[in-house]
Amino acid sequence: MANTMQFDLVSPERSLASLSATAVQIPGADGDMTAMPDHAPTITTLRPGILKVEAPEGSSEYLVTGGFAQINGDGLSVLAEKAIPVAEVTRSHLDDLIAEARASHEAAKEGDDQSIVDDAAKLLADMEALGTHMSL
Amino acid sequence: MPNLKDLKNRIESVKSTRKITKAMQMVAAAKLRRAQESAEASRPYAERFNAVMAGLAASVGGSDSAPKLLRGTGSDDVHLLVVMTAERGLCGGFNSNIAKLARQKADELRAKGKTIKVLTVGKKGRDALKRDFGDLFVGHIDLSEVKRLGYTNAQDIAKDVLSRFDGGEFDVATIFYSKFVNVVTQIPTAQQVIPASFEETEGDDSGAVFDYEPSEEAILADLLPKGVATAIFSALLENGASEQGARMSAMDNATRNAGEMIDKLTIQFNRSRQAVITNELIEIISGAEAL
Repeated sequence: MANTMQFDLVSPERSLASLSATAVQIPGADGDMTAMPDHAPTITTLRPGILKVEAPEGSSEYLVTGGFAQINGDGLSVLAEKAIPVAEVTRSHLDDLIAEARASHEAAKEGDDQSIVDDAAKLLADMEALGTHMSL
Repeated sequence: MPNLKDLKNRIESVKSTRKITKAMQMVAAAKLRRAQESAEASRPYAERFNAVMAGLAASVGGSDSAPKLLRGTGSDDVHLLVVMTAERGLCGGFNSNIAKLARQKADELRAKGKTIKVLTVGKKGRDALKRDFGDLFVGHIDLSEVKRLGYTNAQDIAKDVLSRFDGGEFDVATIFYSKFVNVVTQIPTAQQVIPASFEETEGDDSGAVFDYEPSEEAILADLLPKGVATAIFSALLENGASEQGARMSAMDNATRNAGEMIDKLTIQFNRSRQAVITNELIEIISGAEAL
């Protein structure tokens, strides 16, 4: 099938996936986007969220936090600071993430840059929404 | 001449030393394999990361709006040396080579009239540099409790370094670690992480012009701190592999030396035993003759 593209998901510690995919939904910093073959070359940063991969063999989902995605003509590479297959995500993973987000929110509140506080608050909300989404 | 009992004890003790070094060598060999695997597993991330960063840095780098982490603070008066060594000794020249390189660099910088600050990671480097630079230490990161190095360890170090940078404590940060080439060769390396410098990779993909979401500057500002963590993480892993490699070859040498020592002592033992026997014989014979 011609309409697939090379998809790589790597974290600093290991390479998680390398396969041909038909479409990948990326939680971009400015909103979700779906990359399909022949997508315009794009680089976007990630916000914590779920990355959905559609491949001819079936789809898979990963929880990713931090990092970026690079889309070019023939493929897509996602470099995430933390990436966990959704099946392996447990409540404690999420609690860690929420705790981290909350801590940065608290830290941001002490500063006076409103945009950082807003960002942190959004991150925290994202994290909590994630838990509900995955019904954990 | 030492008596027979002493020699025998000596041989026994060298034998048990040999057993210990042999065991350490085998443990190091097993750990080395694991360390090498994790160093290799981290490589794709670091490579891609640097490729993207190089592209971004090239397009944004020149402008005044470039983040401080890339542009620098505008001066280079205060240098932070992050010296990464092992928590444990008995690994040949591994720790002292890194310390030596750091000391060289520090002397060089001092000769130029720069101020230096030292942040140590790993106990051994701290001990080695304490005498010369003890008053310049600004902190220490202890990894002795860490069983398996993870990205989070690197993030913690990066966070520490970055908060000092944001606090205006230094202008330039350099990390010192040992690059793993193979079991017998590890190269002590100094790498500047702040301000970041990226090697230009030639012919990056198709040379496509990328859309950036959000803006190039925002991405760069978001990714630069991660770049510091990534650099530190690769350095930690290289260091881990180097440490085990150095320990393995050091222990291999020690085992061989112990073997040689045992041979030498055994010869000495046999000779003295023979001398004692000869002596006794002479005494008996001359006693018999006297009768």
